[in-house]
Amino acid sequence: TKCVHLPPEVTATSRHYVDRLFDPDPQKVLQGVIDMKNAVIGNNKQKANLIVLGAVPRLLYLLQQGSSSSELRAECAVVLGSLAMGTENNIKSLVDCHIIPALLQGRLSLSACLRCLRTVFISPVTPVQLLYTDPTVIPHLMSLLSRSQRTQEYITQIFSHCCKTPEHQTVLFNHGAIQNIAPLLISPSYKVRMQALKCFSVLAYENTQVSMTLVNVLVDEELLSQVFVRMMQRDQPIDMQLTAAKCLTYMCRAGAIRTDDSCIVLKTLPCLVRMCSKERLLEERVEGAETLAYLMEPDVELQRIASVTDHLVAMLADYFKYPSSVSAITDIKRLDHDLKHAHELRQAAFKLYASLGSNDEDIRKKITETENMMDRIVSGLSESSVKVRLAAVRCLHSLSRSVQQLRTSFHDHAVWKPLMKLLQNAPDEVLVMASSTLCNLLLEFSPSKEPILESGVIELLCSLTQSDSPALRVNGIWALMNMAFQADQKVKGEIVRALGTEQLFRLLSDPDSNVLMKTLGLLRNLLSTRPHIDQVMSSHGKQIMQAVTLILEGEHSIEVKEQTLCILANIADGNTAKELIMTNDDILQKIKYYMAHSNVKLQLAATFCISNLIWNEEDGSQERQDKLRELGFVDILHKLTQASDPNLCDRAKTAMQQYLA
Amino acid sequence: DITPLSISLSPCINPKMAELGAGSLLLGDPAFNYQEAELNERLKRLYPAVNEDETPLPRSWSPKDKYSYIGLSQNNLRVHYKGHGKNHKDAASVRATHPIPAACGIYYFEVKIVSKGLDFLSSLLPLSPIPGWDKHSYGYHGDDGHSFCSSGTGQPYGPTFTTGDVIGCCVNLINNTCFYTKNGISLGVAFTDLPPNLYPTVGLQTPGEIVDANFGQQPFVFDIEDYMSEWRAKIHGMIARFPIGERLGEWQAVLQNMVSTYLVHHGYCATATAFARATETLIQEDQTSIKNRQRIQKLVLAGRVGEAIEATQQLYPGLLEHNPNLLFMLKCRQFVEMVNGTDSEVRCFSIRSPKSQDSYPGSPSLSPRHGATNPNLHSAGADSPTCSNGVTPPNKNKSHNKYPGVSSASSSSSSSPSSVNYSESNSTDSTKSQPHSGTSNQEETSDSEMEIEAEHYTNGVAENPSARIMNGTYKHQEILQAQDISLGNGVAEDSCASRQLCGGNQAATERMIQFGRELQGLNEQLCREYGKNVTHKKMLQDAFSLLAYSDPWNCPVGQQLDPMQRENICSALNSAILESQNLPKQPPLMLALGQATECVQLMARVRSGSCSFARVDNFLH
Repeated sequence: TKCVHLPPEVTATSRHYVDRLFDPDPQKVLQGVIDMKNAVIGNNKQKANLIVLGAVPRLLYLLQQGSSSSELRAECAVVLGSLAMGTENNIKSLVDCHIIPALLQGRLSLSACLRCLRTVFISPVTPVQLLYTDPTVIPHLMSLLSRSQRTQEYITQIFSHCCKTPEHQTVLFNHGAIQNIAPLLISPSYKVRMQALKCFSVLAYENTQVSMTLVNVLVDEELLSQVFVRMMQRDQPIDMQLTAAKCLTYMCRAGAIRTDDSCIVLKTLPCLVRMCSKERLLEERVEGAETLAYLMEPDVELQRIASVTDHLVAMLADYFKYPSSVSAITDIKRLDHDLKHAHELRQAAFKLYASLGSNDEDIRKKITETENMMDRIVSGLSESSVKVRLAAVRCLHSLSRSVQQLRTSFHDHAVWKPLMKLLQNAPDEVLVMASSTLCNLLLEFSPSKEPILESGVIELLCSLTQSDSPALRVNGIWALMNMAFQADQKVKGEIVRALGTEQLFRLLSDPDSNVLMKTLGLLRNLLSTRPHIDQVMSSHGKQIMQAVTLILEGEHSIEVKEQTLCILANIADGNTAKELIMTNDDILQKIKYYMAHSNVKLQLAATFCISNLIWNEEDGSQERQDKLRELGFVDILHKLTQASDPNLCDRAKTAMQQYLA
Repeated sequence: DITPLSISLSPCINPKMAELGAGSLLLGDPAFNYQEAELNERLKRLYPAVNEDETPLPRSWSPKDKYSYIGLSQNNLRVHYKGHGKNHKDAASVRATHPIPAACGIYYFEVKIVSKGLDFLSSLLPLSPIPGWDKHSYGYHGDDGHSFCSSGTGQPYGPTFTTGDVIGCCVNLINNTCFYTKNGISLGVAFTDLPPNLYPTVGLQTPGEIVDANFGQQPFVFDIEDYMSEWRAKIHGMIARFPIGERLGEWQAVLQNMVSTYLVHHGYCATATAFARATETLIQEDQTSIKNRQRIQKLVLAGRVGEAIEATQQLYPGLLEHNPNLLFMLKCRQFVEMVNGTDSEVRCFSIRSPKSQDSYPGSPSLSPRHGATNPNLHSAGADSPTCSNGVTPPNKNKSHNKYPGVSSASSSSSSSPSSVNYSESNSTDSTKSQPHSGTSNQEETSDSEMEIEAEHYTNGVAENPSARIMNGTYKHQEILQAQDISLGNGVAEDSCASRQLCGGNQAATERMIQFGRELQGLNEQLCREYGKNVTHKKMLQDAFSLLAYSDPWNCPVGQQLDPMQRENICSALNSAILESQNLPKQPPLMLALGQATECVQLMARVRSGSCSFARVDNFLH
């Protein structure tokens, strides 16, 4: 399969090196390997030549051969390691020649072997899975950890590079990674300490089991968290501070350390904020911001602290200034570097803003008041990089939880426009955030609601409700629900028409309870104000009553049932719609049942429904009162006037008064 | 204006502040004394570069520099407001006893808000603010979170603060910025381009407001030491990476010269020669001259001052005659060594060699004396010759039979001719970098090219003088006689056994007394020639006082008998010899060290805060 054409003179020299590996005299073979070693160092072309000429299998053979002297084996490993240092193609060839099992089966204690193995494994072209295919490999590597600082460095580096999934974490954990690697955190060698630390950061990431174990580990009689805190001291190398902060962040997010623990509040958080400062390298600033965003995402107190630490909100504004105008002119190399990181910086800043503003109104205000913030979000929404778009829409979503911002900055900057554009064609993860943001923009007090309606959003939302993703279905129906709230007849009609009754009723049997809740919410919003109720019920009454019956009979949460009873109460408020209930004895029995339910919320909703049915001032109220009295509702109402819940008691009394009048 | 409850910094307006110190302290209170001790310890740790005799640190609020609406209590650490607090004009402030010294590098204090105050109270006293006080001050306000600078309008800065919060203020005197902290969290830079000599200050306006200061009395909520460590690392990095650019070769020559002159100065003759050969540099002084000085120094350090005087007179005729003070000092020392039993004038009477005093414990005599607290110094002195050996290429072809010879010589209790031969052949032959045996003693593992002084001084007690001599590189002008060999014999044993005057020998004691008389005579002669000399008188008195005690080693003036005391006179003699040869009396290395130390102190005086993290001590190992 190799069709590489080499100039003859090159081939000749290279071939000579390979030929010497086949010499019958072991001493000459050794000298040949040593010469080859000197020939390939730093010479990528020579490396490629030797690989093409088949040096690798022979070297591997010599490496594994029992009769080879240890000196020869060591030299072979060095040459292989040197070949691995070349291009990605070299690595591919080495992997194709099964270098990994050969190195793993060979005398691994040779640090040259491990070094080569390390080089192969940290290459992006090597499949990580190769470390896990043979179950004896990891225990073997663990057992080699005590050998020397070199083996420690290489093995921990292999582990941290090859631990990519929860399964990998579990395998390493089960083979005693924590106990074996923890002592390396106080190794005299910086490289070993650093690689061990990196191992812990990948092991603890979103892993409760590992994190819970880590908090109890002692290293030289000191708790691991304290070791990490020491590694975050400001005079430590930045890489070490940052990685130690990651470890503590992951342990905290996994629930192993409380968010109000001083090692988080006074050490980890300030350390990560420092990583965002202008003095740090662009890569460090990206990682720092992302880790900080992750740390404080669920905790408002951490968000508040971060928002006042070292002018973080203002500091982040600098993330948008790359490539800087100065660098473009003066320094091409710098411009290149800036360009490479510009997207990463922007998305990291958006993420961090999103996290900062997810709960606290004051922080959101501070963020939107940052220089050109809304403009930056708006342009972020239409950037080519999906990562930036996603982060920008997350940020927008976070800020859209503020009533004040919805009323002011969101409207001023017409953020709905790029948002709508984003919704037309985007990956699911972007769609989820964008549609969720749209839900907030469609709240009745949002000034953007009108223009969005006019832009023909209904079709789009209806199509979202047909998505396979539950999150998208929820957001679609949620947005429709918000849109229907206190909407005029035209809009409601449009929603029903666009959604189609079939889809509406399909959503009422959706396996996702959130979808069900929001669909019921939509129905309730559609069935508000009397003329609307009668109109909707006259055209869809039968299906709606069926759906309501099914839900009330089914296994659903209290909230779902309450919402359903509220729909019934709304129906009972209609003029003609009332009869759909009055003529349905099954439903009436169900209402009766829920009036005597142990849950006050359901009792209240059911009582509301009855109260609407017997309301005096309406046509036919007498007949309805009589019928319901016959069915025993008055007795129940009477009992409810004695209820301990004051709301229920009041509601029942009001209903009873209808009979007295 | 000072707005309510601000933690601020105010400049020095009245340049001459009264020294307030601890005027209102309750000295009898043990709890307070404990706190005071903790304070001293913490301040020492945080600001090691501050010389409190020159620039005292703030330790409390000043009862003198305050508005009358301000009340102080709890050792002047608690501030409460007692004005009526109706408007901004009722604001009042107090500042600390002293401004922040620049030598702090980074300064930090905290204030705990004990009570934010509740109601307005009607006031009785009118208040006239001290003029000019709030101009050019810098503060952070609790009610709106604004910062204010030089009496301008406030800028949005940080969060508001209230009862229970701990607010800290950090002044960075390296880059002249300031940031505040709230409950241990840094709020970011508040001011840049700060002027020097700022005072910690608080301002209050609301009745009931109470704040407590912490100038180091208690641990700080904010980890200021961590912040300092970052700056220490920065400044050390700056020093380590100081660009020398094109002048690399020039620097190397200077450094080599420094090392060489240092070795020569202290008479590490063979080491200096080896170093010069390795670095291809030249030694100014003549070999013989160096060896002579070395020998004289060794005699002084061994307590054999009489012989040292004799050797000096022989080798440098006229030197002591021209330095009568030095001669007198030497003679005084000789007297002390007689008491000690180490001087040869009394030792020749001994049947047994003296037990303890010949050994020379502790640091090497002529090691640099920078800072009294450097216990590692002597090992540095011993190490450097080893280093120079390490780079010496094996360029001699003579026979070398090294370590066995050395160890047999040093371990034998009497010198055998064979061992002498061994070590002599050895000493003349400088080759090596052969792997050292790990089991032998440190001095034995060192290369034979290494100076024996270093070996001897680092490890005085176990060393056998005979081996020492034979190890040395000088065979010519052997002035140390056979007695030296016998002297070596008993040295290692029972050094703390009972020590007796003049080694316990009657004849020796008589000789000593006679020598005392001669010394007295010399003093009188000097008085006649040069007038009275207080120093001499004191020296003589001290020396003679030794005789007044039954155990001179454990008496109030017994300190004189400590072999360490030989160092000063030894280096004085060495310097005098060098001066007489028109050579510098101090090695350039010591001059450079002294200059660096001076510079750092000067930096503190000219308010360059980085001096705090550029201590010379940090670079001496």
